[in-house]
Order: sequence, then C-alpha cells, then structure tokens
Amino acid sequence: MFRFIIRRLLQLVPTLFGLSILLFIWLHRLPGGPETALLGERGTPETRAQIRENLGLNEPLPIQYGRFVKRLVQLDLGTSISTKREVTTEFLQRFPGTVELTMTAMLIAIGVGIPLGYLAARRRGSFLDHASVGGSLLGTCVPIFFLAYVLKAIFAENLGWFPTIGRQDASIDATHITNFFVLDGLLTREWDAAADAIWHLILPGVALASIPLAIIVRITRASVLEVLGEDFVRTAEAKGLTERTVRRRHVLRNAMLPVATSIGLLTGLLLSGAVLTETVFAFSGIGAFIKDAISNLDYPVLMGFIMIIAVIFALVNLLVDISYSLIDPRVRVR
Amino acid sequence: MALLDVQDLSVTFSRRGQRTVRAVDGVSFSVDAGEVVGLVGESGCGKSVTSLALMGLLPRQRGVQVGGSARFDGTDLLKLDLRSMRDVRGRDVAMIFQDPLSSLNPVVPIGLQVTEVLVRHRDMSGEAARKEAAELLDRVGIPDPRRRLKEYPHQLSGGMRQRALIAMAVACRPRLLIADEPTTALDVTIQAQILELLKELVRDSGTALIMITHDLGVVAGMCDTINVLYAGRVVETARRKELFAGRRHPYTVGLLRSIPRLDAGRGEKLTPIRGSVRDVLPWTEGCAFAPRCDRRVDACVGAPPEMTPTHTGHEFRCVNPFPLTQPEEARV
Repeated sequence: MFRFIIRRLLQLVPTLFGLSILLFIWLHRLPGGPETALLGERGTPETRAQIRENLGLNEPLPIQYGRFVKRLVQLDLGTSISTKREVTTEFLQRFPGTVELTMTAMLIAIGVGIPLGYLAARRRGSFLDHASVGGSLLGTCVPIFFLAYVLKAIFAENLGWFPTIGRQDASIDATHITNFFVLDGLLTREWDAAADAIWHLILPGVALASIPLAIIVRITRASVLEVLGEDFVRTAEAKGLTERTVRRRHVLRNAMLPVATSIGLLTGLLLSGAVLTETVFAFSGIGAFIKDAISNLDYPVLMGFIMIIAVIFALVNLLVDISYSLIDPRVRVR
Repeated sequence: MALLDVQDLSVTFSRRGQRTVRAVDGVSFSVDAGEVVGLVGESGCGKSVTSLALMGLLPRQRGVQVGGSARFDGTDLLKLDLRSMRDVRGRDVAMIFQDPLSSLNPVVPIGLQVTEVLVRHRDMSGEAARKEAAELLDRVGIPDPRRRLKEYPHQLSGGMRQRALIAMAVACRPRLLIADEPTTALDVTIQAQILELLKELVRDSGTALIMITHDLGVVAGMCDTINVLYAGRVVETARRKELFAGRRHPYTVGLLRSIPRLDAGRGEKLTPIRGSVRDVLPWTEGCAFAPRCDRRVDACVGAPPEMTPTHTGHEFRCVNPFPLTQPEEARV
C-alpha cells in the first residue's frame, strides 16, 4: 500500500510537467497580454513594448518556461502582474475559502445523495423514487448561479434565515491562523466564530452541491438496484439479518465503488466551479481573483491556479483509489 | 403432526400488459421432523419458487401473489409479517443456495458472514462467535478454519464456498433446512462430497431437509420421500423405495429414462422427453403433461386429473398411469 502511494505520487511529476508545458504555450498564445490590461486605452505601442520588456515577455518561450520551472521547484509561483504580490501569498489568503465551500458542498451532496439514492432504489417506482429521479434531472439542468440567486433571495433576503454575503460576520473578532475560518474557530476555541463561518457556508454550499448531489443520487440508485438483485443479498435475507445489517454490510458496501469514483471526479469539477457561487454570495474565495486574472491574462496567477487544481484533483483521486481497496478486497493495489 | 405442512401453495406473477404466470399452482406436501424430502422436476416446474415462497423471499410487491398455507410447527409461514419472518429465517428455517460464489458477499470476510448469523439469532458476540464460527467451519470440513475466517470468498475453491454456505445455514441448528440445487454449480467429485456432508449433518442433528433438485440420482441417494413436480403441481409422491420400485406417472418415468448412464451400450441413444416445459396445458383444462405424453388418452384432456391415492401412500396424478406390475417399457 505504501509503495503504491509513493509510486502514484511519483507518477504525478511527469503528468504535471506535461500539463505545465501545454498550459504555458496555450496561455502565451492567447491574443493580447497583461500589458493591455495594465495600460488600458491609454497605452501607446512604446509603453506596451516597455512593459513587455520589463516583465521579460519578449524572451523566447523556452527561456521563460525555464524560469517558471526553476521557481516552481522552490515552491515559488512568481509575482502577480496586476497586484504585484506573491502568487503564493494571494493563494494562501483566498484558496481556503474556496476549499471550505467545496468541502461543504461535497458533504451535503454525499450526506443527502447516498441515503436518497438508496431509498429511491429500495422503493423503486414509489413517489420518493420518481421525485428523486425527477429532482436530480432538475438539479443538473438549473445553472448553479441561478439557483444561488434564488436561494439567496428566498432564504437570506426574504426569510432572513441565513446571511446574504461574506464568509464571516465582520462584528466577530475572529483570530485567523490558516484562513480556513471554520478550522480557525475550532483551533482557537472561538466557537461563535466557527459557527458563524458554517452559517455563512450553508446557502452557497447548497447551491454548489446541486449538480454533484443529483449525480450521486442517480449513481447510488442505479448501483443499489444492481446490488439488490444479487444472490448474496438474498442469502443475507435468508439468514434473517436485520434490515440495517443487510443494508449496510451487504448492499451499500457493494454499491459504493461507482459512487466513490464519481466523488473523486466531481471534487475537481467543484473546485473550479465554485467561482460563480462565490460571486453571488460575495464569498471571498479565489473566484473573483481568478476571474480578474483571466481577463488580465495574469500568467503567473493562472499557471499557479491550474497547477494547484491539478494537484488537488490528483490527490483526491489517489484517495479514491485507496478507498477501492478498502471497500473491495478483490481490488489489490500494487 | 408434520413439522412443515404445505397445502395448496400457489404463486402467481402478473405484470401490467403481460400474461399472468402461475409458477406454482397448488403444491401440497409435508415434511416430518428429521425427514429428507425431495422436490424434483425440470427447470421451470416451480421448485425454486416454492422454496423462496416458504422463506418469504419472493419480492414483496404488487404482482407477486402467494396463496395457500405453509404451517411450520403450527404457524403459517405465509401469513407472518416481515419482522417475525426475519426471526424465523436462519434460526428455525435456513436455506442453502445454488451458486456458492454469487451467494456469498464478495467484500465481506467468510468469518463475518458466519458470525453475523450467530450474533443475530444466538446472542453471541466477539470471541465466542468467532470460536463457534471456526468450529462450524471445521464441522463442514474446511481445514484450517481459523485462517479461513479472515479470507474472502474469492480466495476459496468452489467446494469450500459451498461448505461455508452450509456452515452459515446450520449455524443456529435450524429444524428445517432447504437446499436449492446445492450441487449444481460444482463438479462431480465435489458434488458427492457435499451430498455426503449434508447427509451427515441431517443425520447427526435431526434437522429436516427439503432437497430441491432436477437430479434423480441425488434423490435416490438421500431422500426419504420424493415429490415430482410438473408445471407447478405435484404429479407423483412416494417413499423412495416405492417410487424406484414402481413409478406410475409417465413424467417420472420420462425423467428417469433421460438420465445418461455409464453402463449404457455404445451408440445407444438417450430417450429424452419430447417437447419442452413450455408445451403445457393449463391444469384447469386437463393434464399439463398431456401434450408431451406418450400414454395420452382422451380422458387426459377436459378435466384436471386428481391425485390417486394407493394404500402404500404412493400417490400420482394420472388417468392412464403405468401399471403396477412392471412392464418392460417402464423399467429403466
């Protein structure tokens, strides 16, 4: 198992290397450049050229790429062109919010999706079944930002149950160590700060969870239906085991493999998809920052962001592969 | 009084837009304590559905209708609610299934699959349950049981898997064991071992056994009483000796004739029953076997044939049975 993990991590190196080369070429081939964003309408060809020269953008691409890699091995992602601050500093400040939001959405999707999918399969053809299948179709169709606006209008603005914007109430004087606000609250034992941060996470979390929730319901339902038809479930019933034991030990455990796969794939999707939700709730995650970086063609920020997403995605899927061997002894990791 | 008394059991499957299927159409038989009873017939004659109905394992949904009664020690199994049925299953009535690989949960160790029955019905836990499970595996002839408890089904051979399933079924010393084609998925040498094991367990523990099979060879070796099923009804029932000495129903004779024999002459052809199980007449319109029967007479069609009793307890459902004095053609 240990060797498997080490090998998978080593395999990550060439993958990231390839990805970085492709990205570098693609980004630099995009029309325009950071100088346009910095100067706007006022730029003359001379000033533009001057800025390109200063940023080192006139040098051949391989040399620029070499510099990028040299910094990268020292875990330095360079300096943002528009904010003039270290990219790593910017990320450490903003990324935790996005990660918290993504994890909240995933917890909601898993916590609601698996039980709902199971019940839908067990009571196939019932109202619950039709409602969850129909609902999941709706969930995948409604755009996240639209759902986010609707939720905000109803539950935050009209009913006032949830805060409308932000990650934490400004009146709370919270200490921030890691910038994961919930974690910070727990670490410093400032329970009110942690509770308030969770409170702020719920509405955006629900909005962001809609698509993964729908997918998990569908996959769980299909997978449970298949397992329910297996002979060993009949054996378990013939032993007179309780409904609970049959469900947990014999049905769900066997039905979890496809669900685990989809969870791994969905997490990456969510991380990059959190941007719109963050905008609606003025949630200070990485969303707005990345949006600006795209329109400004802030090369170092974009490169760093995509590389980090890739690493997280690979790690999550490594976890999924490890969970396979825990779920099913026939899957031996080598 | 019999341990299990099945009267007029019927199971119908109906689906919207499709013809209703009567899988079991009035089966009656009884099992005494410690007795081995065979249910014999071709695929599709309703053997397995009968056993699933007794265990309450048929899908509980509209479209599946179970009728008749099955009194086990006085209580009608067919009328029990799901909760009480779960108490009976595995404790009083246990079942062994056909395909040992697919009948075992692939992701749960063998040990847990045995102990979970002990935990559920015998209030055992932890080490006591593991110790008992190891003893059970030992009793069904699995060597090195302590190690096997930790293994998974895919690490066991076919015969070992079936032994493990048998261990789970006998774990709570049930009074009735139902074995649904327990040897069909195994190769011949293992088949004999498994049958021998079942015979031993039944003899030692006094458990009654319903043996469901299409193999008359299995029946000949084990069963005290034999019920031959055709198209969802019992067509002949007799003690083993009487049946093999003088079978009366043409279907039973046909079944016996179609067994391949090692001592048959070279080039000698098997005599299969012509047609297939699908060529049936509904029982209400006459004898279901009539379309395939060589001894058919006019009286076979028109009214359903009744069970004809004889003084020995041998009964058959036929208007033109083979005569009791053995003519050459009825001998196999």
